[in-house]
Amino acid sequence: MGVPGVSLLTSLARLRALDEGIAQPIATVRHCHLRDQPMVFIPLKLSGEAAAPLAAMLGTERDRPRLLVVSQPRNRDLRFAWAAELAGVLLPYIARFLADTETVERRGADPYERALDAPQLIVPNAAGVAFTRLLGRSTRFRRADGPYPVPDVVPLLGRWLTYFGERAAYPGSSLMLAATEELGRHWASGQSSLEDANLAALLGWITEGPSDAAEDPLIWPPAGPATDPGFDAEVLAPAIDSGSAERITEALRSQLEPTWRLMWQAIDLLAGLEAGASVAQRWEQDRGSFSGMAQSIAEGAPPQARRDGAIAAAAKLARMERAQAGYEVQRAYDDPLIMAEYRLTGEAFAGEVIETVPDNVEGEGRSRKLRPLVVIKTDDPVRLPPGASLGTPQRRGQGAELVSADEGLVTVKITKGMGRGKTPTPGAVPEVGERVCYTSLTDDFQGSPNLPDAEATPWTHGGPPQHHAAEHTPDDEDAQEEWS
Amino acid sequence: MSGMNTQQRLDALRGATPPRPHDARAIAALAANPGCTRRALMDGAGADKDAAARHLGFPAPFGQSPFAITRGNVFESLVKADGCAELLRMLRELLGLPIAEVAYHDVENVGAHLRHAHTRALIDRAARDAQDAGTLYDHPLLTLRIAGHTAYLEPDVVAFQLGGRFHIVEIKSFAVIDGQADPAAVAAAARQAAVYVLALRTLLEELGHDPLQVSHDVVLVCPENFANRPVATLVDVRKQLAVLRRQLTRMTTLDRLLEGLPDDLTFDLLPGEDGRPTRPVAELADALRRTTARYAPDCLSTCDLCFFCRDEARQEGASDLLGRQVRDELGGVGSVAEALGLADGARDPAAGQEEIARLLRNAERLRRECLT
Repeated sequence: MGVPGVSLLTSLARLRALDEGIAQPIATVRHCHLRDQPMVFIPLKLSGEAAAPLAAMLGTERDRPRLLVVSQPRNRDLRFAWAAELAGVLLPYIARFLADTETVERRGADPYERALDAPQLIVPNAAGVAFTRLLGRSTRFRRADGPYPVPDVVPLLGRWLTYFGERAAYPGSSLMLAATEELGRHWASGQSSLEDANLAALLGWITEGPSDAAEDPLIWPPAGPATDPGFDAEVLAPAIDSGSAERITEALRSQLEPTWRLMWQAIDLLAGLEAGASVAQRWEQDRGSFSGMAQSIAEGAPPQARRDGAIAAAAKLARMERAQAGYEVQRAYDDPLIMAEYRLTGEAFAGEVIETVPDNVEGEGRSRKLRPLVVIKTDDPVRLPPGASLGTPQRRGQGAELVSADEGLVTVKITKGMGRGKTPTPGAVPEVGERVCYTSLTDDFQGSPNLPDAEATPWTHGGPPQHHAAEHTPDDEDAQEEWS
Repeated sequence: MSGMNTQQRLDALRGATPPRPHDARAIAALAANPGCTRRALMDGAGADKDAAARHLGFPAPFGQSPFAITRGNVFESLVKADGCAELLRMLRELLGLPIAEVAYHDVENVGAHLRHAHTRALIDRAARDAQDAGTLYDHPLLTLRIAGHTAYLEPDVVAFQLGGRFHIVEIKSFAVIDGQADPAAVAAAARQAAVYVLALRTLLEELGHDPLQVSHDVVLVCPENFANRPVATLVDVRKQLAVLRRQLTRMTTLDRLLEGLPDDLTFDLLPGEDGRPTRPVAELADALRRTTARYAPDCLSTCDLCFFCRDEARQEGASDLLGRQVRDELGGVGSVAEALGLADGARDPAAGQEEIARLLRNAERLRRECLT
């Protein structure tokens, strides 16, 4: 995740939004998966504390929010009771998706079971993701037995929250979404990206235009996890001092309900966009990842390590870089408005086919190959050298090569995906008059780097980890870690 | 030309409103937007920006939760309990303070008005006499001259160790979890600590000692993980020091910023007998608009006047509103109307704008093509 990439097209959209007083689209399709019945999760934390929960509103149905409150926020035991209650809602939701699986065959590896569907958590903003991860960190090492027992669902919840929090950082994953980030990927507001982190303000820009009310905590309380300092001083502190659980609960409900409504409004807006062509493919990876996590828990693997060792960190970084590159290419292929950014920089061009040589061939005899030529008239500034390999969103299986580009006329040669026939199959070569787009962006990635096993971590990188991630079992010290 | 000197003009800018003392946080915030003339002048004059913003109807969006304040106080007293016993334990490990030679001075015990003089004497003695090695000074009071005014600064603790190095100790209540903390919080703490380092170096220099006896590594003490147990980390603040020095130098040249401003310009709130401002709001707003602000969305977290300046930027249709990234992307085209005019082709590019105009026209063509 992170701030949506700033490009000149997005900047122009922001200027237009500011001028017209309404957000402007920067995507024509939806680039995240959105399942029916996502788990909307709005956590609140106690100010000044690293990860002390205060309350959460959550649920999969908009007219049935569940409110979970730490009725005396300063009481550590009640935090664990709250975590157990949260587990009571989230774990059954997660478990719903474990039963139905499909068998996936793999080349060079054993087949594995992949869930047919997967859970999805949606939080208001990036801070909500970070807090979820911290909640996971503060609960996953607890133990149900030993000197400091907690309800047995608490450490399990911790592992899942950690998983969702980490997966949220994986480019293109939709298992855990932050509403402001997803909205910001699809609409440009007329305010800064800093201000876009305010869910009420961003939604205001997208729906009705900006309003000062969005920044008034009395009208739209912050979407969490931090609460409004004025609310803390004037409402929450007196409620806590009164000792009345009911008063505390109602106070927190007043802060969460407005955000609950905004969350579903955000979901409706995203659902109003048609999903991009590659969204299902990325969701399939999410399903595979989810099944992998479920399996490692079922096999008794220990909780995720506090920090990755050098090898694990390098491998994760490499995976994420590949995912980021793949995500960017897929978005461009799925969405002409994203592809336009590459057309602006000369890495792609689009235009009308004005001439074709469908039966152009190269080579003789057995190596004689069909290499159709296509001439495209474009207004785009093409900055690609002859010989550049190209792909096209219109025919994803094909590969092409740039032959020449001059004065708005580009000749490409189709080099891949033409089959073995003597003449092209109908539709394989664009017709004169068709609009096409070609780009040097392709989905071919470098392979994984060859990294040593964790046990062979070089001394320059700290040597073999003392607690290898797979071997770190939480001890009593982990289990009794203070949560104050 | 003005008959008044810079100090008189700054006093006139502030008017009858009592000067707002600078604390380290305010001085550190100066470094956040060094290009803003409005802020430089208001801070230079010691004007109360918070009160001005309230009076203008644009109160700052800052507030601190009582829970956060309580937590911060509890943590600090825990670190400092029993003559800083906990702090000593950590410093012994981190700085190699010898166990036997640690002494503790609570400067506060001498009474507030003497604190600075007392701090000065203690630091002088420590710097002169290495025998004093391994001393902690609690509640010291340092000073720093900011545009002709003396700002009083209270670092949490100053530690003096064997080998003749002083270290600023800064106690913060944000957590360090598995060795990582909120980068924004660490950056703010580093900026603030840099102010103390500079103040202490200045003091040593005045006393005729080597200012570099003050380490650029400050000791940041934070709660570890989810508990109250403190952990100490060394943070290098050289970069923050450089920015701060540059900005403070700039502030001593306020006379240049005052040039071209009318002599009778004032940000006076004209407090009445009850201390409430009586200055007509429109008049105050006009006075402020005589000075140039450099609004950026970052101001929303650092400057009391941010909402006023944002409103002004909106009225002017300034592209600053959208953030520095957008501004940079636009290659210096400052107004929204101008940028859109170039994109639509309704406006001819000025000299030097040809490239950005071509890009904007292309971007506009592509957006239209994709959205229709």
